[in-house]
Amino acid sequence: MAKLAVPVNAQDHIRGNANAPLTLLEYGDYQCPYCGAAYPIVEQVRQHFGDRLRFVFRHFPLTQVHPAAESAAEAAEAAGAQGKFWEMHDMLFTHQYALDDVHLAKYAAVIGLDVGRFKLDLASHAYAEQVREYFLSGVRSGVNGTPTFFINSERHDGSYDLPTLTAALQSALARGGLSVS
Amino acid sequence: MTRSVSDHDTDYKTTNTEESRHALEPGTPAPNFTLHTTPDQTVSLTSFRGQPVILAFYPADWSPVCGDEVTLLNEVLPEFRRYNAELLGISVDGVWCHLAFARDRKLKFPLLADFEPKGAVARRFGVYRRHEGVSERALFILDETGTVHWSYVSPIGINPGADGILNALESLPRQANASGNNAPADTART
Repeated sequence: MAKLAVPVNAQDHIRGNANAPLTLLEYGDYQCPYCGAAYPIVEQVRQHFGDRLRFVFRHFPLTQVHPAAESAAEAAEAAGAQGKFWEMHDMLFTHQYALDDVHLAKYAAVIGLDVGRFKLDLASHAYAEQVREYFLSGVRSGVNGTPTFFINSERHDGSYDLPTLTAALQSALARGGLSVS
Repeated sequence: MTRSVSDHDTDYKTTNTEESRHALEPGTPAPNFTLHTTPDQTVSLTSFRGQPVILAFYPADWSPVCGDEVTLLNEVLPEFRRYNAELLGISVDGVWCHLAFARDRKLKFPLLADFEPKGAVARRFGVYRRHEGVSERALFILDETGTVHWSYVSPIGINPGADGILNALESLPRQANASGNNAPADTART
């Protein structure tokens, strides 16, 4: 069973209760259709578990097959630098069909970023190194495609349809509860 | 992800043949081979003496998922090159199939056609699945002398990822001339 090589840390983007007992971590690519399909499932899972779950997203752009994936990942990081990572994350996954620079700038404006700074960050690839670090941490963790999910640092090798993912999380929650008691 | 080959023996007893239960073990000199990578180019294993070689056997081109094994290896290629390692993909598909597949996935490493006699190289490495007529999903790391340093046979439906390869490359004795060599190796060796 592959394990998360780099534990969740201060650099990570965490959605939901940061101290939740359950962690769902995704290595994903904004241009990957499978990640796009997983996006609403993750949202439903987050709703279902509420404060018991924190969701972490790390970049794993497959740049040779998805030419827009790298700049989309850098765009999310640039938005994160302005405190709006998740707003951009949502925009990217709900607009996967238009991830060129012109559209990225439009999304930046819609979510209220300083667009000038955002464009500069993209043009200078200010966050390319950070994206590469995420990618390499995924490689080291045994990420073998996108999306790859980890539940409490163990790779989830099953399907990521809603019932399967919910059941896997529920069972991890139960195991966590047992180990605490 | 880094279980040894022998851990997997039992996984395959129902479907595998003798040939695929004996993947070459660490310490074994790798048999040399020459295979076509394009209609008019061949690659010989001996051309890579003096540098580590990653042999990635896989069942077939055109896996239907976008995060498949060769796509992943292609993305991690710059990391392999930090170890001066050469990556070679091998399947029983023919050169024209490989060309189309490599172009579609924008692959930056050669795919070798173990096509005629079919699967001959996979058989010599002990990773041929006779009933299916394809190779296992198997990885071999050869050291600079062409000896198997590490090998891994993945369950055929599971992309093994690249963590095992990087760990194996790290565990190779350091080469005197390898550090800092980021230059892409010439892949068109004839």
